This record gives sequence, C-alpha cells and structure tokens, in this order.
Amino acid sequence: MFYLIIAAVVLLLIVIGLLVRAQVLIDVFTKSNEKRAGLSNKINGLLFPVFFVFGLIGFIWLTVSSREFYLPEASSLHGVITDNLFWFSMAVITIVFIATHVLLFFFPYVYQFKEGNKALFYPVNHRLEFIWTVIPAIVLSLLVFTGWKAWSDITKAAPADAVVVELVGKQFNWLVRYPGMDKALGKHNFRKIDDLNSVGIDFADKNSFDDFMAGEVHIPVGKPVLFKIRARDVLHSVFAPHFRVKMDAVPGMPTHFWFVPTKTSAEMKAQLGKPDFTYEIACTEVCGSGHFGMRMRLIVDDEDEYEAWIKSQQSFLAKNPDYLKKVPDNLKKLAEQSVEDNKKSSGATASINSIGKLVTKAY
Amino acid sequence: MANLDHNPAIAVDTHAHGHDHHDDHDHEEGTFLTKYIFSEDHKVIAKQFLISGIFWAIIGGTLSTIFRIQLGFPNTDMSFLKPILGGWIEGGKLNPEFYLAMVTMHGTIMVFFVLTAGLSGTFSNFLIPLQIGARDMASGFLNMLSYWFFFASSVIMLCSLFIETGPASGGWVIYPPLSALPQAAPGSGTGMTMWLFAMALFIVSSLLGSINYVSTVINMRTKGMTFTRLPLTIWAFFFTAIIGILSFPVLLSAALLLMFDRSMGTSFYLSEIYINGEALPNVGGSAILFQHLFWFLGHPEVYIVLLPALGITSEIIAVNSRKPIFGYKAMIGSIMAITLLSFIVWAHHMFVTGMNPFLGSIFMFLTLIIAIPSAVKAFNYITTLWRGNIVFTPGMLFSIGLVSFFISGGLTGVVLGNSAIDIQLHDTYFVVAHFHLVMGSASFFGMVAGVYHWFPKMFGRMLNEKLGYIHFWMTFIGVYCVFFPLHYTGIAGFPRRYYSFTSYDAFKTFGDLNAFVSTAAIVTFVAQFLFVFNFFYSIFRGRRAPMNPWRANTLEWTTPINPGHGNWVGEIPHVYRWPYDYSKPGAEEDFILQTTPFSATLSSNLEGEVDLVEETNASKAHA
Repeated sequence: MFYLIIAAVVLLLIVIGLLVRAQVLIDVFTKSNEKRAGLSNKINGLLFPVFFVFGLIGFIWLTVSSREFYLPEASSLHGVITDNLFWFSMAVITIVFIATHVLLFFFPYVYQFKEGNKALFYPVNHRLEFIWTVIPAIVLSLLVFTGWKAWSDITKAAPADAVVVELVGKQFNWLVRYPGMDKALGKHNFRKIDDLNSVGIDFADKNSFDDFMAGEVHIPVGKPVLFKIRARDVLHSVFAPHFRVKMDAVPGMPTHFWFVPTKTSAEMKAQLGKPDFTYEIACTEVCGSGHFGMRMRLIVDDEDEYEAWIKSQQSFLAKNPDYLKKVPDNLKKLAEQSVEDNKKSSGATASINSIGKLVTKAY
Repeated sequence: MANLDHNPAIAVDTHAHGHDHHDDHDHEEGTFLTKYIFSEDHKVIAKQFLISGIFWAIIGGTLSTIFRIQLGFPNTDMSFLKPILGGWIEGGKLNPEFYLAMVTMHGTIMVFFVLTAGLSGTFSNFLIPLQIGARDMASGFLNMLSYWFFFASSVIMLCSLFIETGPASGGWVIYPPLSALPQAAPGSGTGMTMWLFAMALFIVSSLLGSINYVSTVINMRTKGMTFTRLPLTIWAFFFTAIIGILSFPVLLSAALLLMFDRSMGTSFYLSEIYINGEALPNVGGSAILFQHLFWFLGHPEVYIVLLPALGITSEIIAVNSRKPIFGYKAMIGSIMAITLLSFIVWAHHMFVTGMNPFLGSIFMFLTLIIAIPSAVKAFNYITTLWRGNIVFTPGMLFSIGLVSFFISGGLTGVVLGNSAIDIQLHDTYFVVAHFHLVMGSASFFGMVAGVYHWFPKMFGRMLNEKLGYIHFWMTFIGVYCVFFPLHYTGIAGFPRRYYSFTSYDAFKTFGDLNAFVSTAAIVTFVAQFLFVFNFFYSIFRGRRAPMNPWRANTLEWTTPINPGHGNWVGEIPHVYRWPYDYSKPGAEEDFILQTTPFSATLSSNLEGEVDLVEETNASKAHA
C-alpha cells in the first residue's frame, strides 16, 4: 500500500510534467504569454464571485444541518448569558464577514484587467479611514462592555452557601471529594497521597473526618455549586460543556469555578428524549496519552435526591478505618464519633432503601 | 560590507554604468562551497531559508494528514503506514501518545520552522537589501550564521522525530509540568530535551537575523529612500524583526528555566506534584509562570508570522491592481499599532488558567483593541481593489486569498477575545479553526504569494502560471473546506488534541463532518505538490524572466535579471518617489519606477510634487 502510494505520486509528477510542457508549447505558439492578461484572467476573475455563491450556499447548508449537533441550551444560569453573548457576537461578525466578502470577491470580477482601462489613482481618503476606524471601535466597545459585565459576574466570589465539590485531576481520571455533613473540606497535602488516599486528605484536620470520595459528581439543581479544582501531577482542565464551565487544574495552585445548574439530569433526559443522557466532565488541557479519555459523569439531582445521595455516602474514614491511625491523638475521639455517625446515617438510608436506591436506579 | 571589497563587479561600481553583462562575472567566482553553502549573499541565504522551509512544510503537512486520517476515519487500518511509522502503529491503530507527538510537532514545525524561518527568513533576507537599495545585509557573516544556526536547529528537531520515545508530545506550547517530567509522558524525555535545544538554537538564529534586518533597514537605505518611501513589505519586515528581538529572548529564558527544572532540580514551574506513586520534592514553583513567559513570545509570534505576509500582500495587491495601496500611512500606522498591542494581549490565551479575573478583564479589553488596526488593514486592501485594473497573477490570487482568511479568521478572534465567551470555546476546535485561518493559512498564503511574485527575481525564470492557478484554487477551496467546518465542531464543544471522541456522549456527533474535513485536508496537501513540482521544475526549465515581469515600481526590478552578489552593477540607483505611483493620471505607463525623478514625469506630477522637481534637479547636479 505504502509503496503503491509512492508509485502513484511519481506517476502523477510525470504526468504533470508532460502536461506543463505541452501547455507551455501551446502558449508559445499562440503567443498568449505575450499578452498582459488573457482568458485566464477572465476565468480567475469570474471564479471569485462563483466561489462566493457556492461558499455562501455551503455556509448556510452547514449552519442549518449542524444545529442538531450543537450542545443543547446551557444548563446553568451564566451559561445562558454567555450563550447569548456568543450568538450576538456571531451575528455581528457574520454580517461583517458577508459584507466584506461581497466586496472582496466581486471587485476582482468587476475590476479585472481590460486593455485600455486605467485604474483610478486613489491613494488616500482620510474621511473613509476615520469612518472605518471609529465604527469597529464602537462595535467592539459594545462587545467588550457586555462581555466584561458577564465575566465580572461569573468570576466574582462564590456565595457562602454554595455546595462545595473538590475535583482533582490526575493522569488519567478525575477524583471527586465532598466535604460531608459539616460542609467544609478537610485540608490536603500532596505528601499524604497514597493509593487509597488519592487526593492527599490531611487527617490532622477535623474537617476531613466526614469527607467522602465519589465515583461521579452529584450536584443539586438551582443552588450555587463551587468546584474547587486541583491537579496532582500535570495540568488538566475541568470542562463541563453543558454548563459552560471550564477551569484549569494546576498542580500547586488551587483554582475554582462556581455556577448554578438549572436543569436536573432527569429534566434533560425528558427534554432531549434521550433516556441515557448524562452530563459529562472532560479534560481540555493536554495531559498525556490518556487525555481524551478523562470522562467523568455528572448528575444534577433535585434537592431531595441530592440530600439522600449525600446521606447515603460512606465517609473516607468509615470506608478505610486504617486511616484513623493518622488522626492525632487529641482528635481521635472526634474522628471515631464522626465515623459512627456516618455509618448510622449512610447505613440507615441504605436499609430504609427508599430514595437512595431509587436514585441509583434512576441513573 | 567589507566582505564585498574583493568583488570586482562592485569595486568598479562607480565607473560601470548600466553594463548589464558585467553580472556574468559574479557567477564565475567563489567555490561551490562559498557560493551556495556558506554564502554571505543575502539572496542565496534567502533561498536556503526558502528551500528549508518547503522541506519542513512537507514534513509538517505529512504529519497533519496522518493525524487527520485518525480523526476523520478512526476505524482505518493504518498498517500501510508501518514503513514510515514503525512501532507507532500498533495492531493497525495509531498510538495515542504518538498522536499527541504528531500534533505537537506539526504545530512546532509550522509555526517556527515554516512560517517564521521560511517566511521572515526568506523574504526579509531577499527583499530588504533589494528594496531599500543596499548591496547586502549590514553583516553578511551574521546573516550566514543565522541560517546555519537554523540549520543546526532543524537537524536536531528532525532527529527528534526518529528517536525511540518519540518527539515532544505536550503540545507546541509545551506547558510544564507535563513537559518538565519525563515520567509524565514518553515524549517528555529525550524528545523534549531535543525540542528545547533545537528551539534555543532557533532563537539564536532568529535574533541574529532580526538584528541584521533592523540595522540594515535603518542604516543602509539608498539615497532618497526615506522611511516614507519604503515599500510596505519593508515596513512589515522591520517591525516583525523588532517584535522578534523583543519577544524571542523571553521564550529563550522560559526554555532555559524549563531545562533547569528538568535536569538540575530547580522548581521554577513545579510545585506539589505526586506522580507515579511518588511525591516530588519541588515546592513553590508556578506552572502559570511558564504560560506567561511562553505567551509573551507566543502571542507576538502570531504577528511575527502574519506581518510579513501582510506586507507581501500589500505590495502584490498594489502592483496587480495597478493602483497605489490605499492609505499607505494608515497601513504603516496599523502595523505600528499591531506591533505595540501584540505585546500586551498575551494573557488572552490564559483566561481560564486560574489567573486573576481582573487581569482577564484588562486583557480582554486590550485584545479587542487590536481588532481595530486589523480592520483598517482589511478595509484598505479591499479599497485598493476598488476601481483597479486587476491582473490575476498567481501571486495576486494568493494575496486575495490571504485577505479573505485574514478577515474570516480575524473575525472569530473577536469572539474568542471576549473572556466570558472564551470560557466555553477555550481549547476547542473553534480555536483551532480560528488560528489556522488567521495565522496559519493567511501567513502561508502570504509566503506562497511571495514566492510566485519574486520567483523571477530569485531564479531569473518564471513559475508556470497555469499550474499556479490550479494550485491556488485547489488550496483556497481546500483550506475553507478544512477549517470552516471546524468552527462548528468547536461550537459543539469538541476539545482539541483529542485522539478520539468516542468515549463522550457529548462529542460523538459530527463523524461525517470530520471525515469530510480529513478528505479535504488530504486533497489540499496533495495539491501542494503541484507547487513543489512547479518550483523545482521552473528553477531549471521555467520560461526566462524579463527584467520587470509584473511592471512594478520597486527597486529590486532595476537589478539585472540574475543579480550577482552586490545586486546592482554600477552605482546603486537613487530613489525619488514612493513605490506606489501606479496608474498615475498623465503618466505614459501605468507604473513609474521609484528611480524615475519627478523632472522626468512633468505631465503626471501632482501639486505637492512640483517642488520636488527642483530638488531632484539639484541632487542630480550635485551628483
């Protein structure tokens, strides 16, 4: 196959060579190369508007036929705003795109070389220059201002009551930690990372006692959610496309992003008519050979489901009692108490079954 | 200039007037080694850069066709590539690590080795002395060194493609810690070391070149060649060189610090890392620091590749529209504005890196300002076409194509520069589409346009025009077929540098579109061989070029058809006017050479130029 390709290329080159020779000879005989512009000039001039027309048809067709593949309307409050900004900007640039290309592709046709014509000596017009400096400036100011307002709102400090989720990127998956019932994440230290304690929870901090790890991200609908983002090894980037959320995960420099999800997973399934729909988190900063596979499921619950899910989760210490050894002596009691409490509540929800199981079934 | 003293053609230059045959002597002297290999002649060095650039473009293009096969036809059996890729094909599938390596090398090669060295290296070298009226660069020796540093850099970079662990694979931006830790990816081992050494040499080459360009333009203009009589090509090369001088050293320092982190245990970019079951001792570094340093070059780099292309286009569009470029001073002003702004927009690549959001606001504002001078340039090009008498040489076609890409790629920059919108679009195919149009394809078209336009001056022969037309239309349509659809996948959220999209529900769509893009990419790549063929064939067998084939005004067309080292036989011509007196009312021809004094064009002189007649008479008398 490979050698076949090489042979084909060589053959093609020979054919081109012969054709070129023939064409040059014809040119010499017809003396067409002595003219300043001949038939080729007319054809080239014509091809620009032709290209424009076909290009425009392709553009419209592609735009219409691609709509079904776009992500659905944003599932977060700020996402709706940035989507609107995006489509507004796209409308503005599409107008400019088409207008400039009408001129760019029709001028060559209209003003192509004609023997005896003389071009207009038109070196400068300050008024025109002024106009097309000022108009883009005004339009851009408008875009900057609206963008800046949205950006400031998105990046301002998260509300104090936001639901906190810690996302830690590693080669090649995401690790998720929840703060547990006390709603405060325990401290972390990269030196405490081992096979089980994969995010390096520091058990000297009492906030860590009820922290739990999860295999997927659950968040409640309609409430501010704060992603606290870290990376263990190299750069990663949290990308939750449906929520228009993206933030790099940087080793040694925690980052964050907060947003308000507006549609539960169940609502999205119904809206899209896809019973197996699930929100996803992807990685968008190249991190090695498994970069394309760092998928994490994300589930938006309604409030009751979320509470039930949280309650049903076993804390890290409850799951791995060995780590109680790492708790300083003066806090041991507190830690053991926390484990007991957690076992009771998560066990209770499990045995009472009801919501917990229903939730897991639903997904 | 001292190196030219032994050249007899130049030693007698004040006495030889218009002896066109004298240039034949130049061909006789010097051995093959000093004439073609270690040459100090700017024209030979330019050709060396050009041919190296073409070589690299073929490598870079080949890499892209291979990974486009992977993206467009993920189920293809790629065993047929085993003869060149060997172990990187595993069971008919491309190795994902090598996929990243190819993407990385494609970016590195195209940005630096093709569009920086191949474009600036070729045309700054070739045109600066010829268009300002100088015998050679300020220092021919440094100029030669510039090429040979580039050559050494090329050799190392090329070798890195063939080592067992593969070339660098962390993306052309080589963000640490991925690039700093050999245990993070195979490509971060020897491949990365070679990448860094190659780039360090490349930067030396670029600086040697740039310093030469700037000093030559400032010091060696011929009599009468004031700054406002410089062709826009020279203005563009001049500012490109300034950008290079100011920004490349920052990349060098970034690369040096990265080398220290890699092999000397420092922690400039590394902090709190746990990898392969081991917590590294590094603390206190900042991975973001590297990004700031990188993009302080990385963004100006966009203009390092784009400005020369825009300069070349300005010249070609004016010549072939048979009109003065519209708004000459506005064009210079916008080049200056772009140069200045290019240094203060770099952090728009970093909106979602966790950088302070306030800084993001500032950079969004500065970024969108840069759209204004760019818009002015686009409007000026279009107005230059208006009421022209347009001759479609292949160079002209590629220049019009450039303007189209510059507009369509530039406009999406307005969307991406908006930090709120960039949250979703960052690192998606929307970005890929954007920069491939505005910086990749536009600059590439500028380069090709330049080759078509100045080939007669380079080799004394013409390129085949018909092949040029076919090459243009296939490439122009092809580029749009490749990059226009990528905007749509970007809007759908497809992240870049993904080996495959099948593991996500959200990115499973668009299979047909990706197949279409890949097909278009391969066809477009194959079409480039028309050009390669045309280029090498015409060097030896092309139609012999006349003295001034495009009826252009600039100085290079006053040299002999095959200029020797020293460019002009006899005295370097004086310059009396700007380079854009095309179709001047009252003139006999539709062009007036820059060397034509106003006293010779009494019928076409404009109001302000009447005084200059006296001046030229006076200077003639003086001479």
